[in-house]
Amino acid sequence: MADLLNALAVAGKSALGFQAIFFALLAIGINVQFGYAGLLNFGQIAFAMLGGFGIAISVSKWGIPFWAGVLVGLAAAVVLALLLGLPTLRLRADYLAIATIATAEGLRLLFRSVSATPVTNGTRGLSGFNGDFIALAPWNTSQRYSILGTSWSGGELWVALVGWLLVILGSLLVFALMRSPWGRVLKSIREDEDAVRSLGKNVYVYKMQALVLGGVFGALGGMVYAVGTGSAVPDQYQNANTFLAYAALILGGAARVLGPVIGAMILLFILQFADTGLRLLIDNGVIPDDLLSSTDVAQIRFILVGVGLMLLLIFRPQGIFGDRREVMLDAR
Amino acid sequence: MPADPTPHGATASGTGAAGGSGYHPERTGGWTSGDAPQRLAQVALRDLPWEVGVAKPDPAVVVDGVTRTFGGLTAVAVDHLEVQRGGITGLIGPNGAGKTTLFNLLTGFDQPDTGTWSFNGQSLGKMSPHQVARLGVVRTFQLTKALSRLTVLQNMLLGAQGQRGESFFRALVPGIWRAQEKENTEKAMDLLRRFKLDAKKDDFAGTLSGGQRKLLEMARALMSDPQVVMLDEPMAGVNPALTQSLLGHVKDLREQGMTVIFVEHDMDVVRDISDWVVVMAAGRIIAEGPPESISQNQAVVDAYLGAHHDAPLTVEEEDQVLAQAEQTIAREEGSDGDVLSSERGPERTDR
Repeated sequence: MADLLNALAVAGKSALGFQAIFFALLAIGINVQFGYAGLLNFGQIAFAMLGGFGIAISVSKWGIPFWAGVLVGLAAAVVLALLLGLPTLRLRADYLAIATIATAEGLRLLFRSVSATPVTNGTRGLSGFNGDFIALAPWNTSQRYSILGTSWSGGELWVALVGWLLVILGSLLVFALMRSPWGRVLKSIREDEDAVRSLGKNVYVYKMQALVLGGVFGALGGMVYAVGTGSAVPDQYQNANTFLAYAALILGGAARVLGPVIGAMILLFILQFADTGLRLLIDNGVIPDDLLSSTDVAQIRFILVGVGLMLLLIFRPQGIFGDRREVMLDAR
Repeated sequence: MPADPTPHGATASGTGAAGGSGYHPERTGGWTSGDAPQRLAQVALRDLPWEVGVAKPDPAVVVDGVTRTFGGLTAVAVDHLEVQRGGITGLIGPNGAGKTTLFNLLTGFDQPDTGTWSFNGQSLGKMSPHQVARLGVVRTFQLTKALSRLTVLQNMLLGAQGQRGESFFRALVPGIWRAQEKENTEKAMDLLRRFKLDAKKDDFAGTLSGGQRKLLEMARALMSDPQVVMLDEPMAGVNPALTQSLLGHVKDLREQGMTVIFVEHDMDVVRDISDWVVVMAAGRIIAEGPPESISQNQAVVDAYLGAHHDAPLTVEEEDQVLAQAEQTIAREEGSDGDVLSSERGPERTDR
C-alpha cells in the first residue's frame, strides 16, 4: 500500500514537473494552430529546439546574457514560422504538415551534424547556460525540499514555478484571444477557408499569425525543457515529442483553453504511474519475470498510453473538456 | 464601351472596346433613395435590345473578354457582359455551362487566362477574394458553407466588416471592440429575425437543415452591407415553402438597392424574380434578355434540349421555330456545316 502511494506521489511529481510544462506549452501552441485554426503543424518540436538552443547558444557560445538568449530563441521561432508559412499557407493544409515534419527532422539532423559542432557542440550538446536563471530563485537551490512525499531540488522547483506561470499566462492569452473577434475568424478558418475569404477576411494573414503564435509557445516549451534539464542536446528534440503533445491535446480536448494543460498533466501522470507501477509489480513478483522484465517497462507504458487514447477516442472523442455535440458535427 | 444613359442609344457591338467606363457616380445613389428601385432597374432594362453583350444604362459589373480554360476545356469565354445596377440578374444554363466558374472569376476565387472585369469602374483583376468582398461584392456558394462548429450568431458576426477586434493586438483589449461587437450583434439579430433564424442563434450552424443553412449563408452575406450579392443556386435543395420566403428575401435585396446576380436552375424562380436573364452554354453567353424573351430563344432551347429535340409546341411557336431552324440550316450549309454552329447561329444573326 505504501508502495502504491509512493508510485502515485512519483507520478504526481512528474505531472507537475518541467516535462509536463514542456508538453503543456507545446500543446498550447498546437491548440492555437490545430485546435482553433485547423493548421497541421507536425513539427512543433523544431520550434522547441530553436527555443532551447536559442538560449544555449547565446549563453554558452556567444556569452550574451540569459534573457537576451530568450529573445534570440523567440525570434528564431518567429522566423521559422514565417519561413514555413510563406510558401505553404496559401496551399491546402497537407502541405504545411509535410513541410513542418520534414523541417523538424532536418533541423535536428543539422544541429547534431559535424559541421554544426562549433555552434551546437554536435551530438554532445551544450550545457551550463541556466546559471543566471537558477540564481534568480528566491530560495536555496542546492537544497532538496520534500513536497507531498516527493523530493524536489530547489532548482527544479524554481523552473516548475516559473514554467507553470508561463503556462497560466499563455492560457490566459489564448482565452482572451479566442473570445475576441480575432479568435472567431480563426475558428471560422478551421471550418471553411473559402467562406471566410468571401466575407472579406485575409485568411493568409490570420493563418500566419496563428502559426507564429503557436511557434512561440513551442519555443517557450523548449526553453523550459532546456533550462529544466540544464542541457541542450539535439537528440532530446525527437519529433515523437510533437506527437506526444498532440496526444496531450486530444486527451484534454482540442479547441479548449485548458485542454492542452490538463492533457499534458494527465499524459505525464499516466506515463510515470505506469512506469513505477509496473516496476513495482515486477519487483514484487506479481508479474512473472519471464512475462515482463523491468527493461520492457519503458516501452510498455507507451503501449498503455496508446490503448488509453484509443479507448478515449471511442468513448469520449471530445477529450476531457471537449463538447461532445461539437465533435459529433460533421466538420463541413 | 461607354454606357449611354438612354437605352435606345445602346448599340450591342458585343466586342466592347474598353470595359468599366460606364460608371456614373452621380447616379449610383439613385436606386437607393427609396423610390421603388426595382422599377427603375426594370424600366432601364425594358427597351434594351435582346442581344448578347448589350450595354446597360448603369452597369455595376462589366466583364470583358474573360476566358478560363482547364486543360483543353474552355470553361468560360465571355466576350462582353454588363450587369445592371439595382436589378436582379439571373444566370442560367445547362450543367457545366460555366456559371459557377464565372462566379469564381468575378469574386477572385479563380484567376482567368485573359480578360478584364470591373465593379463600379474599378478593375477587379488580380484581386484576391477578400479584397473583392471588401469592395462590396459578396457571394454565397453552391454547396452551402455554413461554419458548422460555430453558432448561428457567431456565423453572422463573422460577416460584419471593419471589425476592430479582428486585429491580433487590438483583440487583446476588449474595450476597443466591445461596443462595436454589441452593435453588430444587434444588427445580426435583426437579420436573423428577418430570416426567421433568431430562435436558433445559439445552436451550432452544423445542426441546421439544408434550407436553413442557405438562409444563414444569405443573411451572413448581408451582414457585410454589400452592394452586389452573388447567389450560387440559392434555392437548390430548399423545400417549396422556404423557396417562397427566400424569393421574398432576394426581392428585398433589390428593394434595398443591391445588385443581385444569381445562378438558378428552377425556371419558375428565374421567371418570377429576375429583371434580366443571361444564358450560358459551354462557357459562352448565348442569350440575354428579360425573362419572357428567354423561353422563345432558339439558342437557349437548343442548349438545354439539344438541337434535335421535339418538345410539344403551340402552332405559332412551331412556325417560329421552323422558320428559325430553316434559316440556321441554310446558313450552316453555307458554312461547311461546322458542328457547333447550330448553337451559335442565332447569336451571330443577332449581332
